[in-house]
Amino acid sequence: MDFLNALVVLTNFVIVPGLAYGAQLAIGALGVTMIYGILRFSNFAHGDTMAFGTVATILFTWLFQSMGISFGPLPTALLALPFGIAVTGVLLLLTDRTVYRFYRQQKAKPVILVIVSLGVMFIMNGLTRFIIGVRDINFADGERFIITARQFKEATGLREGLALKTTQGITVVTALVVMVALFWFLNKTRTGKSMRAFSDNEDLALLSGINPERVVMVTWLIVAALATTAGVLYGLDKSFKAFTYFQLLLPIFAAAIVGGLGSPLGAIAGGFVVAFAEVAITYPLKKVLRYLLPENLEPDALVQLISTDYKFAVSFVILIIVLLFKPTGLFKGQSV
Amino acid sequence: MTQSMRAPLLFVLVAVLIIGTGFVQGWNSALTILNYGLISAIMALGVNLQWGFAGLFNVGIMGFVALGGLASVLMSMPPVKEAWSAGGLNIIFGLMIGAATIIGAVLAQTRLSGRVKLWATLAVLIVGFFAFRAVFDAGVVAVEAVNPASTGYLGGLNILDANWFSLLGWLFGGVLAAGAAWLIGKTALGLRSDYLAIATLGIAEIILAVLKNEDWLSRGVKNVVGLPRPVPYETDLQQDPGFVESAAGFGLDPVTASTLYTKLLYAGLFAIFLVILLWMAQRALNSPWGRMMRAIRDNEVAAEAMGKDVTARHLQIFILGSAICGIAGAMITTLDSTLTPTSYQPLRFTFLIWVMVIVGGSGNNFGAVLGGMLIWWLWVQVEPLGLMLMNGITAGMADGSALKAHLIESAAHMRLLTMGIILLLVLRFSPRGLVPER
Repeated sequence: MDFLNALVVLTNFVIVPGLAYGAQLAIGALGVTMIYGILRFSNFAHGDTMAFGTVATILFTWLFQSMGISFGPLPTALLALPFGIAVTGVLLLLTDRTVYRFYRQQKAKPVILVIVSLGVMFIMNGLTRFIIGVRDINFADGERFIITARQFKEATGLREGLALKTTQGITVVTALVVMVALFWFLNKTRTGKSMRAFSDNEDLALLSGINPERVVMVTWLIVAALATTAGVLYGLDKSFKAFTYFQLLLPIFAAAIVGGLGSPLGAIAGGFVVAFAEVAITYPLKKVLRYLLPENLEPDALVQLISTDYKFAVSFVILIIVLLFKPTGLFKGQSV
Repeated sequence: MTQSMRAPLLFVLVAVLIIGTGFVQGWNSALTILNYGLISAIMALGVNLQWGFAGLFNVGIMGFVALGGLASVLMSMPPVKEAWSAGGLNIIFGLMIGAATIIGAVLAQTRLSGRVKLWATLAVLIVGFFAFRAVFDAGVVAVEAVNPASTGYLGGLNILDANWFSLLGWLFGGVLAAGAAWLIGKTALGLRSDYLAIATLGIAEIILAVLKNEDWLSRGVKNVVGLPRPVPYETDLQQDPGFVESAAGFGLDPVTASTLYTKLLYAGLFAIFLVILLWMAQRALNSPWGRMMRAIRDNEVAAEAMGKDVTARHLQIFILGSAICGIAGAMITTLDSTLTPTSYQPLRFTFLIWVMVIVGGSGNNFGAVLGGMLIWWLWVQVEPLGLMLMNGITAGMADGSALKAHLIESAAHMRLLTMGIILLLVLRFSPRGLVPER
């Protein structure tokens, strides 16, 4: 029984949040890795693209709520998500037209594109703040829990409860759908195959008659979908605040690099590695150990390896370890 | 307009802008802009060293600036004796255990081989970590319990309680930032350029987290206030009959005169530092070392083939540039006379500096200084200008309409938008900046 209780505590505080956070990071990292693979630069504006997509979705959510449309037990934001993606897609295509295309034609060095993305980041951050301000916005509605802690206790008779938030369930399911759809697209469709060819060898792809502008356009649209989805899922799970999305940039980059930049599978693996490391290392293990250890060995302290305030340090340390020992990442990305 | 006339004319423009601010908005705000502009110019100089000379992409400037701020506190505040006796030894000893652990792990990595290597490293790290936490945490608890409302930290090294220690703090800011830069450069230099960017982004966030949470070191979010300063205090000046008399000679009341006087003194100090650093940077740029740097920047492969150690040179210039940012960070903290960890925002302390360097002209020291002053002026003035613009746009709308209120409210966010647009426009139409590299 004690073992089961310990397992429930661990699931409740580490595994479930880790899964949800990992799914959010994975979708975010997929966006970064797609841009890196096709357009060949690290997009520093990605965090703010996520924020912008979320803002667009929030606006549609409010519109639907005012019209009395709801999605039953699920949050209305899921209904608004496609519209948010569309708006973000338009913005990204517009950015590509006015900003990035010029440098692509110039064959500018990647680092110039990174600086350009800094400028785009400023503008998107400004736009986000301009539209919605800097307050904390909670836009999740519908049922809050799939199972509450009390229901779980009553059903199983255990001392510890396991709560499963609706947003966590939605995050994991949506992430699965997104990943399956993306891999189907990349591996089975003509456009997807041409994108992979372009990513592997640009010159050869051009010789085979692949239209680069079309590949780039499709990439931006996919990135818009990924970024908006990641942003909305994160916002539903926690809450929306303009600048937290900028801070997500570091774990997202860490995830993409850990998996190997340019490798979609790696981005997903990296997202979960970073998320679980972050949650597990900053969670106080006292409650788990209380069930597992004999009474006289029970710890007095919280047994928290490092405080939650240093969660950035976790993704950073993982990043450094990977850079030192395996610079191409777990899944052999393009990086040298 | 010839190239050689361009830079002086642009500097005259900056001077006109600041003096104009003095006439329109008062001399106090003009001098404030000038002071922060001078510090920004120093930061831009440091970043220009890294980017303009060597092509290194550092997006952790905020971290080095914050370390400078910490250094300023550590040098210029008097030590808290009770805290030192309560837990100082434990903290020092704990930090030594931490350092020994890391050194031990590195040694295990380099000296051992095979399966022993992995296990030895892990064992050293795990044992070291728990020993460190046990010794260190006890010290932290003891130190933070000492009068937490006003101290609760170890204080600084200003044993003489002398005001000139704040100048030492500026130099110490450079040293501290250089140390951090060495650590980060050792790991991330020599890999792709994007990796350095992401690594520096990470280190900046970690430095900030340390400043916010290690109360024994920096009082965390409780802020350190009342830092000693190298210039006289306004209240002392106002008591000084000689000063009041000479202020009256200029037709100024003592309060205004004293604020202007201290700000002018600060401006002089910052200007001296800026000129010295600028002179050194110019000498470096035109020396064989500078030529080698630019050769490496323009073609790493060719430079390496000529026998230049690219990674070592990159590490060198990365440390130098970061140290300059650290000095500037210490200056800001002394000028504010408070260390407020929450005030360090990447958009303000990292990306704005980048805009300064790019707009001013990367690779040209005068360009960096110009960009620093000009963009800082703009950064300050965009908000009132944006508000004016919004008031103009909304003038025709009905009072109390939601849109009008929203537009006026969001004028505060015009800054980011403007800076982004300026950066993109300069990169697109004048990628070499206002004062291009020769």
